[in-house]
Amino acid sequence: MQRDFSEKFMKYVFMFCALISIISILLIFYFIFIGGRVVDTPNGRVLEFDGGLPFLTEKGFLDVIFGTNWRPNASTPSFGILPMIIGSILVTLGAIIVGVPIGVLTAIFMAKFCPPKLYKIFKPAINLMAAIPSIVYGFFALQILVPLMRNIMPGNGMNMLTASILLGIMILPTIIGMSEASIRAVPDSFYQASVGLGATHERSVMRVVVPAASSGILSSIILGIGRAIGETMAVVLVAGNQPRIPDSLSDGVRTLTTNIVLEMGYASGDHRQALIATAAVLFVFIIVINSVFMVVKARGEQK
Amino acid sequence: MKKFNLTKFLVWGSALFTLGVLAYIILFILWNGIPAMNLGLFEWKYTSNNVSMMPAIISTLITIGLSLLIAAPIGVFTAFYLVEYADRGSRFLRVIRLATDTLAAVPSIVFGLFGMLFFVIQMEMGYSHIAGILTITIMILPVIISSTEEALLSVDNSLRMGSLALGAGKLRTIFTVVLPVAMPGILSGIILAIGRIVGESAALLYTMGSSSGMINNLTSSGRTLAVHMFVLSNEGFHVKEAYATATVLIVIVLIINSLSTFIGNKLGSGGK
Repeated sequence: MQRDFSEKFMKYVFMFCALISIISILLIFYFIFIGGRVVDTPNGRVLEFDGGLPFLTEKGFLDVIFGTNWRPNASTPSFGILPMIIGSILVTLGAIIVGVPIGVLTAIFMAKFCPPKLYKIFKPAINLMAAIPSIVYGFFALQILVPLMRNIMPGNGMNMLTASILLGIMILPTIIGMSEASIRAVPDSFYQASVGLGATHERSVMRVVVPAASSGILSSIILGIGRAIGETMAVVLVAGNQPRIPDSLSDGVRTLTTNIVLEMGYASGDHRQALIATAAVLFVFIIVINSVFMVVKARGEQK
Repeated sequence: MKKFNLTKFLVWGSALFTLGVLAYIILFILWNGIPAMNLGLFEWKYTSNNVSMMPAIISTLITIGLSLLIAAPIGVFTAFYLVEYADRGSRFLRVIRLATDTLAAVPSIVFGLFGMLFFVIQMEMGYSHIAGILTITIMILPVIISSTEEALLSVDNSLRMGSLALGAGKLRTIFTVVLPVAMPGILSGIILAIGRIVGESAALLYTMGSSSGMINNLTSSGRTLAVHMFVLSNEGFHVKEAYATATVLIVIVLIINSLSTFIGNKLGSGGK
């Protein structure tokens, strides 16, 4: 009897622990999208904060999403976050242009070209690269990339290109790790058959093995996009953070993430609501990216 | 005559570039950071003269300790449930998986904002260590769950069968047979989580705050090393101290990584 009870009891304890993840994600959804809090003050009831959705409906969904003016503290404030949406997309695109070719080629190198002795250096190095705190990357870029850009471009060096290069470097370990694993997962018979037909090592790898791993490589790129769009503390140091749609690579840019981190410290009232709405829009981006990731991954596993 | 081989050139070039960037970052930080070290940086009390990082180091350690204390059991138990109890393909299992996958994808700044709204304001904790620790706990949960899950799945099923056949209950089988075998995998997940805590700044800035003083109690505000580093580099007055802090961070990350490689090697060779 005693044992039966503890077996059952612990089963429910485990189940409850599993529920905590669900509760956490629901709480996050609630507070970013819906939740609000009204407090009683001597001056009457005041709305302390409100979720993203009520704010978006109140101010007009399209006016916020497609508004190009971010003036949260003006006498007639406007809360257009289009510059930040475009900023996030542009910087992420830039990161892909920088990071994907280098990342995928490095993954191919590690899976198919790397001498075993060198691999013992490369593998821990890539792991280390993934573990370096983003603030250290940001500081490095601030000290090295920004002065470099100042010399070769107009402006103060904090611009879209700097942020893109930095993010391109930061997503490398994500892309390399997953691409390498998926290239290694391709059955060796593919390679053997290609070599057996007379193709060179390089040709077999590039034309047979890598295409067979394409869905894994694609998922690694999507994962990299997710990381780039969510990155905050490194970007805020080097992107310039002007809330306007950039005209050129040398223009400063503000992303959704940096908009939150820059102003959350002192924002109140509508301003704070607008920042929560910014997070809601960012969250929607992440959910879309994550869903695409899961679909691509599931397809790859089906094959 | 050896022909120039474009593929080989690109592949080697990219790999060396990647390695070069990493080496450059580390050497650059160490080169500038080591000369910037002095004893004042490790004094117990922070003043605007010594810009000591000691309070930040202590806060980092406390954050690691307490958030693991909460997240590790919850994460490991969740994995127990997922692997040892839940029916494969059941709806509940799918919902949990969706929840952990989504949690893993949430950007840290969204965690930070959520922590501020929920723990700091709604629960009235204020900018405090406890608010930061609870936010971080949720953040590292999916890391611990997925690595424990992987470790449990790799345990040979015959071990479970043997234990059950000898009359041990399910609970006893899990704790005395499955858990010891899965331990290295679980440990490497925990080390990964420590790495994330050490490197985290966006989720902590608006939950733990950025007070520079030494921690008094869990309800006082404070900053971890990464947040300290962010504040220093953002202000731009203390560049030398920022280099020194970056050096400490890099050294910690190096230690954590070699530890996980070490355990990973044990995992590869042991048990066979």
